[in-house]
Amino acid sequence: MKELVIILMSLVLVDNFVLAKFLGICPFLGVSKKLDAAVGMSIAVIFVMLLSTAVTYPIYIHLLDPLGLDYLQTIVFILVIAALVQLVEIILKKYVPILHRSLGVYLPLITTNCAVLGVTLLNIDEGYSYVQALVNAIGAGLGFLLAMVLFSGVRRVIEHNDIPTAFKGIPSILIAASILSVSFMGFSGVVDGIFK
Amino acid sequence: MEQYLIPTLIVTGIGILAGVVLTIASKFMAVKVNEAAVKVRRALPGVNCGACGYAGCDDYAASLVNDHTVKANLCTPGGSAVSLEISEILGISFVAAEGKYALVKCSGTFDKTNYVMDFKGIQSCAANKMFYRGRGSCSRACLGFGDCVEACEYGAISMVNGVAKIDKLKCVGCSVCVRKCPNHLITIVPSGLTTYVGCSSQDDGAKTHRACKTGCTACRKCEEVCRFDAIHVTGNLAEINPDQCMNCGMCIKACPSGIIKSNRMKKI
Repeated sequence: MKELVIILMSLVLVDNFVLAKFLGICPFLGVSKKLDAAVGMSIAVIFVMLLSTAVTYPIYIHLLDPLGLDYLQTIVFILVIAALVQLVEIILKKYVPILHRSLGVYLPLITTNCAVLGVTLLNIDEGYSYVQALVNAIGAGLGFLLAMVLFSGVRRVIEHNDIPTAFKGIPSILIAASILSVSFMGFSGVVDGIFK
Repeated sequence: MEQYLIPTLIVTGIGILAGVVLTIASKFMAVKVNEAAVKVRRALPGVNCGACGYAGCDDYAASLVNDHTVKANLCTPGGSAVSLEISEILGISFVAAEGKYALVKCSGTFDKTNYVMDFKGIQSCAANKMFYRGRGSCSRACLGFGDCVEACEYGAISMVNGVAKIDKLKCVGCSVCVRKCPNHLITIVPSGLTTYVGCSSQDDGAKTHRACKTGCTACRKCEEVCRFDAIHVTGNLAEINPDQCMNCGMCIKACPSGIIKSNRMKKI
């Protein structure tokens, strides 16, 4: 149990997917303009990460690993995640239209997001058990949510300020993102310290 | 041979399996999309301006299809052409869209009034408005930074001599600029109304006169000459009721400040 909490906490704070591992930068910069869009995107990411981990992990353990086909994992994972997201979208559209509308365009958008693929591949690399892998996926998603929410707040402040012309738009946003990343580097060692 | 065959089979197998599952799922769990809604949506201009009162073109299309009491002529940018198209799709009787256009109710050009501060902050009307009610000596003057010019998708607004000017020919009446103006100087009026009061100052006559040479001083001369009971002075400001105004031009002649104007287009 303690191990699971450590995995969760370290992924949210220390090894944050966006700010420490630099995965999923594209939606991080693209969808963080408004808070509600950022939250919607993050919830969709958490959902897809969890689901794709639940499916790809058994495929690797029971199919690819016994046959020695480790090199196939990337292409198989992409294929499975893409098909899975499409299927989930169809099901949601039919049975939970409210959720489908709130996730909106973000669900198909994250089909080939590197953060989602990264979670599934890292689960294998770290040698996690099935439960640990699932917790890992949730932690990564929550970390993404935290980064998105924080950054959408930062961006709102940036937009309402007078910025030199050279920094307007993407440059100022990238600088802000790097500062946020630096601040998250300060968390390294925090989780180990808590659970000592 | 085997080292090529098995991986190929696995990837192909997963691909085919996913394809079959998705095909079956999309067949069995297909959600019926109303074809009329798609057609109506395509007929609408898609600028999402909100002039119809709905959240956007998608929302308006959905409401039109689901509820036949919703009027088909609410789309101002699309005008009668779109209204006709929608009426044909839905099989309801066609009602011509009432043309509308925007008016700037301020005449405070540089020769009539002046700025009382040199604003160095963010160059926008909204920012300027936060500082002591704007940079003009009149609190209801056009701020002149052109927030509305930027907002207009049709290039109908330009800054002329410090006051926003709307090109009636280009304006579609979408009311995006109305929401942008921090002084609420822009209003949407029906195309038929050509006579308008070019002032929004609700200060008393003397104060308005000090601030601007061409402001409404609430002298009520226009009220006296109007034979249709269409113009009234309320809150120190003359206002024209578009339903009653016949554009006869009596008030234009009577106004001592020259703020009642006509933008009747010359016949070509």
